[in-house]
Amino acid sequence: MFNILKIAGRNLLRYKRRTLLTSTLVTLGVVAVLLFISASGSFKNMMIGQITDSMLGHIQVHQKGYLAAIDSLPLNLNMKENQVMKIREILEKHPEVEAFSPRIKIGAMFSNYAETTNIRLNAVIPEMELKTVPLLRDRIIGGNSKILLQKGEILVPELLAKGMKVQVGDDIVLVATNKDGSVNGQSFRVGGIVVGISGPGGRDGYIHLEDAQSLLRMEAKEVSEIAIRLKSMGRLDTVSTALNSELESIRNKMDKPVFEVHTWARLTPFFNIVKMIDLMTLFIKIMLVAIVLVSIMNVMVMSVYERIREIGTIAAMGTSPNKILLLFLTEGTLLGLLGATLGVMVSLIAITALRAAQLSFDFGQQKGLVLNPTIGVADMVAISAIVVCIAVIGSLQPAWKAAKMDPITALRHT
Amino acid sequence: MELVTAQDLKKTYTGDIPIEAIRGVNFTIQPASFVSFVGPSGSGKSTLLNMIGCLDPPTSGTLTVAGQDVSLLKVKSAAAFRGKNIGFIFQDFNLIPVLTVFENIEYPLQMVQNRPAQERRKRVKELLAAVGMVEQGHKFPHQISGGQKQRVAVARALVTQAKLVLADEPTANLDRETALRIIALMKDMRDKFGTTFIFSTHDPKIVENAEKVFVIEDGTMRESNSGGERHV
Ligand SMILES: Nc1ncnc2c1ncn2[C@@H]1O[C@H](COP(=O)(O)OP(=O)(O)OP(=O)(O)O)[C@@H](O)[C@H]1O
Ligand SMILES: [Mg+2]
Repeated sequence: MFNILKIAGRNLLRYKRRTLLTSTLVTLGVVAVLLFISASGSFKNMMIGQITDSMLGHIQVHQKGYLAAIDSLPLNLNMKENQVMKIREILEKHPEVEAFSPRIKIGAMFSNYAETTNIRLNAVIPEMELKTVPLLRDRIIGGNSKILLQKGEILVPELLAKGMKVQVGDDIVLVATNKDGSVNGQSFRVGGIVVGISGPGGRDGYIHLEDAQSLLRMEAKEVSEIAIRLKSMGRLDTVSTALNSELESIRNKMDKPVFEVHTWARLTPFFNIVKMIDLMTLFIKIMLVAIVLVSIMNVMVMSVYERIREIGTIAAMGTSPNKILLLFLTEGTLLGLLGATLGVMVSLIAITALRAAQLSFDFGQQKGLVLNPTIGVADMVAISAIVVCIAVIGSLQPAWKAAKMDPITALRHT
Repeated sequence: MELVTAQDLKKTYTGDIPIEAIRGVNFTIQPASFVSFVGPSGSGKSTLLNMIGCLDPPTSGTLTVAGQDVSLLKVKSAAAFRGKNIGFIFQDFNLIPVLTVFENIEYPLQMVQNRPAQERRKRVKELLAAVGMVEQGHKFPHQISGGQKQRVAVARALVTQAKLVLADEPTANLDRETALRIIALMKDMRDKFGTTFIFSTHDPKIVENAEKVFVIEDGTMRESNSGGERHV
């Protein structure tokens, strides 16, 4: 086998320019794929991280049917106090759950005593909310971002604050309609401005959960949703499935499940962008396969054609067809391996350079996010494996032709 | 016992017009003989050598080489038979360009017969010395002359201790002097290792060196007194 490697390797060196050209092509393909995977992966992770860690959480639990009606923020679809207790119990002892935060979602009228407008609010328990969506802190301008907000304070969405000309420290009034249809007002102090992010819920304000309960004159402690943060995002699907089946067992009088469990992917349209990125990655991989297949096959066909007399000679001397096949397969495989290795090396250098360059981009209202491309060993190994496999497949036909050659015809070839 | 026996051997190339290249020949070749096939172009020398070399099956008749009937060998077993019993020398030398002189001679031992490294080294060194190429072992084929290439080819054909070496026009690409030296080398090798050589040629000067000459004309064969015997 060593000898076959030696002969194959030397034949590659014999046609240096062609070998270089082909392996460069393969290298470029590998670099393109790896760079795309790493840059899009970085963008994807940042986008997902931004959305989940500053707003949605990883998983949310609602009363069944709430999500379908979320546009009207229906108070009558809130989870009842005893139901919430059950969920808390489950979540508190769940080993994969890092934190969770109960929220009441309300629509209200916002008045600065001169003008009035609509506002959507999340009423939260600040400590629990911050543990569940830690990046929310970074979205707060002014005020005390350490504790998020105190009772009696409101975090006003940036655009609304601009439009209504309110500043931190101003007093405003919220007027809300409760479940029974009666109206109640309460005054709040602006505790901070919250920067919006793209997607539904990205322009909501925040108040304290207890303030919402008194504003809505709630007797029982109902909540609209419970946002959950997991210890490891990688276990999202497993945990959400497990949680779902656990909560499914809680039934109402009609023996229907009371709760619905959704992962972040179901809660934001950005999941479609993520899917699109994955699809593009797939297309780029298919292109890589095509490039490798065509270039290796082309080179190997040429290689066999140029060496017909050589093939005739070794066949006449008694080299078995299998060995001749192996000789050419090895040559094509080495070529693929060379391209893949160079590709991985160039990609690593390029990724390091990209990281050093600190390229930044904007996402929605979020400015200057730094692109932080990384590439996993698994991706590099997978792409290299694909390239080598395709190189083998591409050399198969020419190698087979060489192995089947009749020695006399081959020897007579000029 | 004869090394090669042919009885009523025929070869017809099928095609638009079938060509009867060999029209029923009978001959025997003894071990350790030094034989030449002579004849005009197109007479059938190569065809005959290819059949003896198990590169091309005869159309009819029987052909026995080294005690085995080779007329019905399949592709794979023919390759194995060649690798074990027959060495080849070609008109264009046909050394493998990416291998050194040493590695070219080593090739059949390694890639065909799978012999252990130590034995290979010993054999190759022995053959390098026998053909006078010890100094050139590390060189690549493009770095040596035509005559030297053919010496390497002779060594390569002999390295496996084949019983029979077939050489189709081995001197056609060499000048007269070099050609005679290669023939002399082959004869030396026959004396040294007892290997049978069969070579084809047009050149009467070369034929003189053969011990037995078969004249081939239009697919038929007759034995002639060799040039060598005439000298005596
Ligand atoms: N593969 C083939 N298909 C058809 N006809 C062939 C084939 N090989 C040889 N022939 C024909 O068979 C006859 C004998 O050819 P062969 O090559 O054996 O002659 P030769 O004596 O070796 O000639 P030369 O001295 O030119 O090498 C010729 O008429 C040739 O055209
Ligand atoms: Mg001929």
